[in-house]
Amino acid sequence: MTKKQPIKNPVEKILRMDRIPHIWCSGCGIGTVVTSFAEALRKENADLDNIAVVSGIGCTGRVAGYTKLDSFHTTHGRAVPFATGLKLANPKTKVVVFSGDGDISGIGGNHLIHAARRNMDMMVICVNNFNYAMTGGQVAATTPLDANASTAPFGNFEYPFNLPYLVEAAGGTYVARWTALHLRRVTKSIQEALNRRGFSFIEVITPCVTLYARRNRLGDGLNLLKYYYDKSEIQHNADTKDLNISYQGKLIVGKFVDKEKPTFLDAMNQHLAKKLGDKYQPYGEEKND
Amino acid sequence: MKVKKSKADPKGVLTGAHFLDGDYALAEGALAAGCRFFGGYPITPSTETAERFSARIPTVGGVFIQMEDELGSIASLIGASWGGLKAMTVTSGPGFSLMQENIGLACMMETPLVIANVQRGGPSTGLPTLTGQQDMMQARWGSHGDYRIIALSPDSPQECFNLTIEAFNLSETYRVPVFVMTDECVGHMHEKVVIPPAEEIEVVERKWYTGPKDKYLPYKSDKDGIPFMVKTGDGYRFHTTGLTHDERGYPVIDAQCQKVNVQHLIDKIENNEDKIIQFEEDQTDDAEVVVLSYGITSRVAVKAVQKARKAGIKTGTIRLITVWPFPEKKIEKIAKKAKAIVVPEINAGQVFYEVDRCSRNKCSVVHVPHLGGWVHDPDDIFKAIKEAAK
Repeated sequence: MTKKQPIKNPVEKILRMDRIPHIWCSGCGIGTVVTSFAEALRKENADLDNIAVVSGIGCTGRVAGYTKLDSFHTTHGRAVPFATGLKLANPKTKVVVFSGDGDISGIGGNHLIHAARRNMDMMVICVNNFNYAMTGGQVAATTPLDANASTAPFGNFEYPFNLPYLVEAAGGTYVARWTALHLRRVTKSIQEALNRRGFSFIEVITPCVTLYARRNRLGDGLNLLKYYYDKSEIQHNADTKDLNISYQGKLIVGKFVDKEKPTFLDAMNQHLAKKLGDKYQPYGEEKND
Repeated sequence: MKVKKSKADPKGVLTGAHFLDGDYALAEGALAAGCRFFGGYPITPSTETAERFSARIPTVGGVFIQMEDELGSIASLIGASWGGLKAMTVTSGPGFSLMQENIGLACMMETPLVIANVQRGGPSTGLPTLTGQQDMMQARWGSHGDYRIIALSPDSPQECFNLTIEAFNLSETYRVPVFVMTDECVGHMHEKVVIPPAEEIEVVERKWYTGPKDKYLPYKSDKDGIPFMVKTGDGYRFHTTGLTHDERGYPVIDAQCQKVNVQHLIDKIENNEDKIIQFEEDQTDDAEVVVLSYGITSRVAVKAVQKARKAGIKTGTIRLITVWPFPEKKIEKIAKKAKAIVVPEINAGQVFYEVDRCSRNKCSVVHVPHLGGWVHDPDDIFKAIKEAAK
C-alpha cells in the first residue's frame, strides 16, 4: 500500500507554515490578498530570495510575519521609509510594503506621498478595510462618510481619502484598486507591479467582518463580498479624482495609472553622472525582471 | 568578543590635516568608518553633517537621501542597515525626540546604526543656534521600554571624527544603535582635524552569518552574547519584528519570552561595560575635589581646574568619553577617596544624578548647572570647587 501524500497548497512555499494558523478573523479579507500575492509570485516564478516584505502595524501589518521571505514587521506608519532604506541599500531586492490603510495613509501618510513623489522603486499593497481594526474598529482616514466606528459612534463626519487620487497626485507611476472579491485581478496587478520599476500602489478593499461590518450591521463576510459584487464597477484608466468611496456606495475599481518615469536611483545616477562625470561612482543596480 | 576588524576602505578616507568644524568631522568620520547610507533631515545646528555627506558620497559610492522627516530618516537607517550598509543620520533635540520610537525598534531588532545629536538648548524649539547638553538622559531613556544603548561625547572636531568611527565599530560589535552626543559649540567649532591614512584606521566588520541557510536563527546569541546577522537578498528568508520575539525572530507575547528577549538587550551591553567605557582622568589619585564633565563643558572646566590648583586645592578631573553605559565603578572608587565631585553640565541636572547615585553617599556631589545658550563661566565652576573643598 502506498502512503497517501498530503496535498500541499501551492502558496505554502511562500508562507511560514510554522506560524499558521494566523491571527486574522474568519471572513477577513487580508488572507485573500496574501493568497493573491503568493499566487503572483508563483506565476511569475519570482526569485524568492530577492523579495522583501515590509509591514507596519495593524492587522495587515502581520503579513510580514507570515511570508517566508526576508520580512520585516516594523513600527506604525514607518513601513514605507524602512522599505526606502532597504531598497536603497540593496537595490537588487524587490521591496513590497504590505500594510493597512491606517498604517499607510493615516499615521504613515507623509511617507506614502514622498515615496510616490520620488518614484521609489517599491510596490505598496494597501489593504483598506475602512477602519483601525487591530485596536477595535476606530474611525480611519478611509472610513466613508456616515459609517459608524468605535470613535465615531454617531457616524463619521470627516471626509475620507481617495487613495488612488492621492498617490497619483503625489507622483506614483502605477495605481490600481480592487476588492478582495477580485482575486485574479489583484493577482494580475501584483504581477504587473513585480515586472515594472517605480512606485506601484495597489489598494485592495477588504471585509472587516468583526468590527466594521458588525458595527454597521452589514452582515458577514459573504454579505460584504456580495456588496463588492453588486457595487463594484471596473473602469480602467478612470480619472482618479472620481474614485471617492461613499458609504455602501459604488466602488470604482481598475488600473488607473501605469506610466514610466525614472526611479529615485535612476534619477540619482543619471543626474550625478551628468554633473560629476567620471568622478561619480554609479550606485546600485535595480532588479528588472 | 569575536570582532572582525579590517582596514578602512580608502575611498571614504580623506587623509590629511584639515581645518574642519565638528559637524563636518562627523561626516568624515562616518565615511572613514565605511558608512555608505545617510538618511537625513535638516535641523540646526546639525545640518552641515548632512550637507558634507551629500557632497562627498557621490564620489565615494553610496547613497544620501534627504527624508521627509526624522521619523522617516531613522526608519530608512534601520532598513538600510538590514539591506547591508552601514548607516547614519544626524539631528538635534527636536529631531532626536521624533526618532525615539524607532530607536526602540532598532534596539529590538538589534540593528547597528549611528545617530549623531548636535545638541542645542531645549525644551521644544528652544535655542536652535545655541548650545546645550540637555538630551543626555533622553539618549539613555528616550524610547519606551527597557533597553541599553551606547552614547559617546566628543569634546572637539578631532574627536567628532575619531568617535564617529568608534561609534560605528561599537554599533557593529554589539548590534546596537550608538549615539554621538555632541553639541552646537563642538559642532560649529573649527579646529585642526587630522585624518590618518586608511590603513591606520581600524573598522569593525558586521558579524555576518555564514552557516547553513536552514539553520539560521536571527536572534540566537553566539557564545559572546551577540547574534549573527544576515542581510536581505542573501537567501535566508528571515523574519524580524519589533514585537517581543524568540530566537527565530517570531513574536511570542508572554512574560517568559519578554524576560529572555529584553534581558538579552540589557546584558549584551552591561556585560561588556569594561570593554566599552572610555574616560580620561587627570590627578584624581590624591584629589580632594574631582571635576567630572564631558563634551564642550570639559574644555571650559580646564580653566577652573587650573585656577583651583593654583589656589592650592588638590583638584582632579574626569572627562567622560562614553556617557552610556555609565562608569559606575569608577565613580564609586573616586567617591571613596575624594571629598567632593563637582559636575558642571549644560542642563539642569542629568549626568549629575547618575554621579550622585554612583557615589553611594561616600562623598558630596555638587552640580553646576547651566540652562543652555552658552557655556559655563569657568569662575562658576571654580567657585563650586572652592566651596566643595571646604
